[in-house]
Amino acid sequence: MRALAAPLGFIAGRAFQALLVMLAVLVIAFAVRTALGDPLREIMGEAVPEAQREELRHELGLDAPWPVQLARYLGGAARGDLGTSTVYKRPTLEVVLAKFPASFELVLGASLIVLLLAVPAGIYCAVRPRALGARLILGLSVLGISIPVFLTGIFLITIFAVWLGWLPAFGRGETVRVGFWETGLLTLDGLEHLILPAVTLSSIMLPLFIRLVRGAMLDELGHDYVRTARAKGASPLRVWLRHALRNALVPLAAIGGLQVGTLIAYTLLTETVFQWPGMGFLFLEAVTRADIPLITTYLVFVGLLFVVTNTVVDVVTLMLDPRISLEGTR
Amino acid sequence: MSAAAMQTGRRTLLALAAEHPGGALAAFTLGAIAVAVALAPLIAPQDPFDLTSFDVLDAGLPPSWLDGSDPRFLLGTDAQGRDLLSAILYGTRISLIVGLLAVAIQAAIGIPLGLLAGYAGGRVDTIVTRTADIQLSLSTLMMAIIALALFRAGLGGESLSRFAVPLLVVVIGLAEWPYFARTARAATQVEGAKDYVRAARALGASSFAVMARHILPNILSPLIVVATTQVAGAIMAEAALSFLGLGMPVTKPSLGTLIRSGYDLMFAGAWWITVIPGLVLIGVLISVNVLGDALRDGLDPRRMAR
Repeated sequence: MRALAAPLGFIAGRAFQALLVMLAVLVIAFAVRTALGDPLREIMGEAVPEAQREELRHELGLDAPWPVQLARYLGGAARGDLGTSTVYKRPTLEVVLAKFPASFELVLGASLIVLLLAVPAGIYCAVRPRALGARLILGLSVLGISIPVFLTGIFLITIFAVWLGWLPAFGRGETVRVGFWETGLLTLDGLEHLILPAVTLSSIMLPLFIRLVRGAMLDELGHDYVRTARAKGASPLRVWLRHALRNALVPLAAIGGLQVGTLIAYTLLTETVFQWPGMGFLFLEAVTRADIPLITTYLVFVGLLFVVTNTVVDVVTLMLDPRISLEGTR
Repeated sequence: MSAAAMQTGRRTLLALAAEHPGGALAAFTLGAIAVAVALAPLIAPQDPFDLTSFDVLDAGLPPSWLDGSDPRFLLGTDAQGRDLLSAILYGTRISLIVGLLAVAIQAAIGIPLGLLAGYAGGRVDTIVTRTADIQLSLSTLMMAIIALALFRAGLGGESLSRFAVPLLVVVIGLAEWPYFARTARAATQVEGAKDYVRAARALGASSFAVMARHILPNILSPLIVVATTQVAGAIMAEAALSFLGLGMPVTKPSLGTLIRSGYDLMFAGAWWITVIPGLVLIGVLISVNVLGDALRDGLDPRRMAR
């Protein structure tokens, strides 16, 4: 009973922290909006006389002191209202959320590739550190780290789209609507369009995760329990996968989860190369057109992704690993 | 430094080069690139920043080994009609300058904070370490993208173009100081417990003197290794930001800008505008990373003792 009560307290504490961080993100977003955006221009455009502007400003409460405006902004945010896009003339949250499936499916595809390749490659490099293959993998991963993700994308497009003509280079292809979710995973065309962007995005995460898996596995293989398991007659494969890998996954989940900000940045670059209609692409378009409400909404959304991931990773790490003392966390 | 010490220093450098042919090759490549870009005004066929020196009628000419090329342009021309070789020389110069200055800022912030945290300990240490942790948990590339995006959205692309170099240096410089701080802190903690530090203090040296004159010279090795990897990171960040249109403008292109401006023409068949600067960028990055790995091996005190 106690064992269950403690994680609940921990989760509540982390959730409270997450709320505080989100509040800070919203205040920053509000400050950016106030400093950079003129809501009147968003509504009426440039060519309106000053007297009329003044009138509307009063009507909308924009001449109120900033604490009042901040309170209104936070109240709106709580109801899911973060403003109206000046370009799309629709609620910004709606615009950003409509692009979320594209980014999510890209990240999903890349993550699958990373998982399928990094875990076996990392284990192999840990258990056979001197083998030629292991050295080759590590050497290639130095190369992979040295190539910027947008160049990987450009080279892949050059080879597979321009020279060979095997795969499409731009966009998502044919998509299907499932409820509010627009997916490209259910059509052959959509899947074909996903291949190059997903491979590109995975190429930058792969070297990192191979090194992480290898490092975590090497740590675990040095422990006594591995020797004990081997001594009692367990096969090497069983020891690697059932014993060492399971323990190695805990720090891996923690470090991997903390990469979310980097992942968002790389996704943005990948989306730019492939003109993938996701959130990052939308964000850069909003920057070019100075759509301040849309920009701040994207920032709030990225902040939310970041906070949720970190909180979930903390809680999951705690649940996976009984060795982490709960006493220390309070 | 005495003559004998200089001699030893030189000998270890040669021994290092023999032990790490890859690292030596990387160092040589970087040296050659550095000389080439430093002499760019002398050896470049034209000044790519001078809009009157090139003609848009020359735009998109292929490299000299392909059909339809013009012997005036060894590597062809870009979308504006610039000589690509000149643009690459000057562009690499910008990339290297931004990278080095940004890392100088990182070091200028990170090393003093790390020294202070490691030497003072206690509350100072907690504050520095926590701040560093928080800053690292926010992705630095993402932060740089957001900062420059807000600058561009707020003040317009025009001002971004004008202040691109200082902005990039400051944004990339502020983003990654924690790496220096962490390394300096850990090394200072090790050095601070040694006898020579205690002797200096017993002789009445001030805390500042102990940190600056006694500890700092002894923790330079790990800091040099960090600096090398950070230069690679900063050059890559600059290229990424310029590729996104948040860095160097087309009138003053860095390697990232060249790659971006060529990308629009790639499907018209003009692949060289993107691919050649891309290969140069990768060459620089691989050289810096290999050099960093070699330095890490070579400067590791555990290996030196052997």
